[in-house]
Amino acid sequence: MSGKPKLHYFNGRGRMESIRWLLAAAGVEFEECFLETKDDLTKLQKDGSLLFQQVPMVEMDGMKMVQTRAILSYIAAKYNLYGKDLKERALIDMYVEAVIDLNELLMTHTFQPADKKEQHFATIVDKATNRYFPVYEKVLKDHGQDFLVGNRLSRADVQLLETLLMAEECKPDILVKFPLLQVIEWTLNGQ
Amino acid sequence: MSGKPRLTYCNGRGRMEPIRWLLAACSRLVFSTDGVLMFQQVPLVEIDGMKMVQTRAILSYIAGKYNLYGKDLKERALIDMYVEGITDLMQMILMFPFSPPEAKEKNLDSIKERATNRYFPVFEKVLKQHGQDFLVGNKFSWADVQLIEAILAVEEKIPAVLSGFPQLQAFKIRMSNMPTIKKFLQPGSPRKPPPDENYRETVLKIFRK
Repeated sequence: MSGKPKLHYFNGRGRMESIRWLLAAAGVEFEECFLETKDDLTKLQKDGSLLFQQVPMVEMDGMKMVQTRAILSYIAAKYNLYGKDLKERALIDMYVEAVIDLNELLMTHTFQPADKKEQHFATIVDKATNRYFPVYEKVLKDHGQDFLVGNRLSRADVQLLETLLMAEECKPDILVKFPLLQVIEWTLNGQ
Repeated sequence: MSGKPRLTYCNGRGRMEPIRWLLAACSRLVFSTDGVLMFQQVPLVEIDGMKMVQTRAILSYIAGKYNLYGKDLKERALIDMYVEGITDLMQMILMFPFSPPEAKEKNLDSIKERATNRYFPVFEKVLKQHGQDFLVGNKFSWADVQLIEAILAVEEKIPAVLSGFPQLQAFKIRMSNMPTIKKFLQPGSPRKPPPDENYRETVLKIFRK
């Protein structure tokens, strides 16, 4: 057995992408097993590998883990990317959950019917620039540190970076009013 | 400061209900007031000097603080997996009052299908295999609270839903008799009633742009 985590998903971002990011940020090499046909998924379902019949599924440390959040939490805790105590963890969780909400919006954009795409795009930009980005910009401004929580890299930074990059793919100048987010993007990219 | 957590939400179940359940399970009293909303959204829970938002963040904190989150990372992972699965099922119930009338029957069938074919069989099997009273680590955890809440919520819609699940029936009785949960199930507790037309209208009024 290689000992490396094994990721089961489609060959694309979807709900597995955040997991790939976090493993990479933790310096953990992993293998991927891509689902290409319906049969690939059916086979996994039939052999009992998928607790709720769904992917993502990550084989790691003797477990077949499902549910994106459960997997992310486990990796974050194992590799010390989850703060030093319960309160830092709570802060990280709050930041992460909001990032996940924004991520969902970005992720579902491709699947919008043609007549809804423009409206959906407007919603993404509105939520990103009015609800979410201002919060992280302020957090960074208030404490003046390089990372969101506890002056040290955590899953919150990793997940935020992933989302900032996706948002920029959607609208390249979306960070124009958020200088500190631009800085953290630049800083983390160098990590 | 009283030291008791303060909850801000509409006067109904919604996304705050699992938080009420978990606080009740570890016997923390709750009341509501106003607060500052980090992402302009409720639920908001003021607890231990923090104004916490994001349902899962709040639930994780409570579970961690009151020892309802397993004894190590692997038990925690198991609890997280179970909770997330149950949350997916509860999401269908959460959204149900807001589905258009013509979709309601179809949505009810979906809830029944998912509960009986995807989610309940998993927990039935878990309980059968280890033969213990609780889902994880032979000890009461967040996963048990989430499951009993879900079972009762689904039963409100589909009364005979547990008919093929003897382990879950026994689980339901055991959980309902635990002192803190028993208290929460009694009239006059912070537990909210099933959503009605009044709740639906209030939510739409508050959250609609």
